[in-house]
Amino acid sequence: MTKVMNILLVGVGGQGTVLASKVLGQVALSLGQEVKVAEIHGMSQRGGSVVTQVRYGEKVYAPTIPLGKADVILAFEKMEALRWLPYLKKGGRVIVNDQELDPMPVIVGSVSYPEKVIEQLAVHGQVTVVPALQLAEEAGNAKATNVVLLGVLAQSLGIEPEIWRQVLADSVPPKTLAVNKKAFELGLNYKAEDVSSVS
Amino acid sequence: MKRLMTGNQAIARGAFEAGVTVASAYPGTPSTEIIETMATYPEIYAEWSTNEKVALEVGIGASIGGARALVAMKHVGVNVAADPLFTFSYTGVNGGLVLVSAGDPGMHSSQNEQDNRNYAKFAKIPVLEPSDSQECKDFVLLAFQLSEQFDTPVMVRTTTRVAHGQSLVTLGERQEGLLKDYEKNPPKYVMLPGYGRQRHPVVEDRRKALAAYNETAPVNRIEWGDKRIGVITSGVVYQYVKEALPEASVLKLGMTFPLPQQLIKDFAGQVEKLYVIEELEPFLEEQIRAWGIEVVGKELFPRIGELSPELIGAKLGDWQQEAAVAAEVPNRPPVLCPGCPHRGVYYVINRLKLTVSGDIGCYTLGATPPLSAMDTCICMGASISGALGLEKARGKEFARKLVAVIGDSTFLHSGITGLLDVVYNGGTFTTLILDNSTTAMTGHQEHPGTGCRVDHTPAPAVDLEQLVRSLGVKRVRTVDPYDLAEVERVLKEETAAEEASVVIAKRPCVLLKGHQPTGGPVRVDESLCTECGRCRRLGCPALVFKTAKPSVDTTLCNGCGQCVQVCRFNALVKEGEAND
Repeated sequence: MTKVMNILLVGVGGQGTVLASKVLGQVALSLGQEVKVAEIHGMSQRGGSVVTQVRYGEKVYAPTIPLGKADVILAFEKMEALRWLPYLKKGGRVIVNDQELDPMPVIVGSVSYPEKVIEQLAVHGQVTVVPALQLAEEAGNAKATNVVLLGVLAQSLGIEPEIWRQVLADSVPPKTLAVNKKAFELGLNYKAEDVSSVS
Repeated sequence: MKRLMTGNQAIARGAFEAGVTVASAYPGTPSTEIIETMATYPEIYAEWSTNEKVALEVGIGASIGGARALVAMKHVGVNVAADPLFTFSYTGVNGGLVLVSAGDPGMHSSQNEQDNRNYAKFAKIPVLEPSDSQECKDFVLLAFQLSEQFDTPVMVRTTTRVAHGQSLVTLGERQEGLLKDYEKNPPKYVMLPGYGRQRHPVVEDRRKALAAYNETAPVNRIEWGDKRIGVITSGVVYQYVKEALPEASVLKLGMTFPLPQQLIKDFAGQVEKLYVIEELEPFLEEQIRAWGIEVVGKELFPRIGELSPELIGAKLGDWQQEAAVAAEVPNRPPVLCPGCPHRGVYYVINRLKLTVSGDIGCYTLGATPPLSAMDTCICMGASISGALGLEKARGKEFARKLVAVIGDSTFLHSGITGLLDVVYNGGTFTTLILDNSTTAMTGHQEHPGTGCRVDHTPAPAVDLEQLVRSLGVKRVRTVDPYDLAEVERVLKEETAAEEASVVIAKRPCVLLKGHQPTGGPVRVDESLCTECGRCRRLGCPALVFKTAKPSVDTTLCNGCGQCVQVCRFNALVKEGEAND
């Protein structure tokens, strides 16, 4: 079978993963290949663990990415990257926002937030840590964290930045466009050392 | 030009191209976006109905009136609409009617995972199962044609992965001018017993005719491959099968009731081993077995939850994967948003140790720790009528600590009749309507109380207080849920009263435009904090506890000030407001 590109977007409901997957889906469409996107709406959007999935290639069947087959995990929150790590293929890339959002079991004190998340991720994949929240604030709005992360993702997918910019302009509300444009460029130009890679 | 669309958008597009002029629904994940998309076509009258039964009845009226009508709902919505559905099966249609039932295997956002193909069989109407967005559009077009050709409502059944999966769709032109003549025809449309008896044989003949049609229906196809494995499947599971078993022979069924016996027999006869792979119930499998065909199904594949390529591949193929072992990661259940007006109400309920007969909506999340303020949640509307049953079982003293909790949209959906029953039959517990002026959980849809229709044009807004008074409730109070002391005082008074009472906690959802609190995030004065843990019991995602003292995540906090009221030591301060 020809190669299918699999990108998993994970985060916390309300962080903008659905918009990010819509943008990514439209960008992938520009390659002239088959594209499938799987989203989850409803209850999990209220601060729960959320995952959206984007797949593109000559022929794509399932809208969901099978375990161990994701080329990239784009994580909007650190612990969520760890939760969904079994979906990453060996040596795949994890782009992770360096932000911790405590889930309710941690807030009520029944469990602790996991430690050494980045190190655990690096055992299985190539990890790029992004201070996406700070970059979004630099762009003018913390809510643009999702677009910063899309910018970082754009570095590695080999799709013309101009296509991303066009899709972004068509996808976000006009009055947020300036901030989102800036957020995208900050992500696109962000230089991070890979934390480590699989030996 | 191909467009990337969700299944729901493609269903709406299909209905548009099929010349539909009337569309109705009640919001429910994963079906909600169908009617939202329909409302964007100026040629189509679309409505949010008060509930699914009403939605289907509107559709039935439109159909009898000669229009093509689309009605959409989630799987459990069909339970509500089942009454008209079963008899509409007898009358048949004038203009075509398609009922979209969106199921939710895996219960991403549902209270059960019932398989609604059983409804098609039960009501004796055909069901089509699309497996991607293009099929969503194509199958809806075909469904309208079949509806009129066979004089029957047609179900199009999706599941979450089809409804919310995006894939490519080729658009077509809209058919116009399909409105049929209306003729009074009581033997067909008035289901008196005498007329019903005349219609039932028509239904049975129709079922046979549809089964015969399905033998050569264009929505079924055989993809021959290795004949050692033959798979019969439908819906999104077809996609999983193709991914997991690219070499296998596949019979993909587009219409799964009534089934094409000969087609299935022929396929079964040409493969060495026959499998039926389907999510949830052994719907295809049981019928195929009943025909004496040997088949492997649910003994191999689970009846619970979603299937996946890796699950199918691991059972039948040579699926290779090098997945990392799952790490120990704390759960992240959904929670009430920062600033949610429901939070403080549940905090008070928890403090007062009330028994809560709950209902369906965002506020069901009040059941989870640390609020832990819900005892039951069954279905839309069950909070009020269920509470009456609790009171009748356990007596009036029990009712002094009993509340029914229901949202505004759910109350209008199916709470009114329950409350009327409470008044009629002398219930004395308190009904708490959490009125956040929207249908929040499904993504903020309008309803008869919001003053807007689905297309955001103005509409009369029902006055909840007047409505419940007109049902006969004499004790009716409205409170601001952000005022926790007031909520506590009123709840104590009303639960103490030995007659039916209603408390309306009224404040718009914090996610609605223009209703965010003002004043900026809350600040912690660590010198005053005694680490008592009261604020932690609010369960606000914006209050973070890296130590025993809280800190505020300023990206999440919107300064609603509920935690400020909970703190007895003035350690939580709204910015811009001095301690007093």
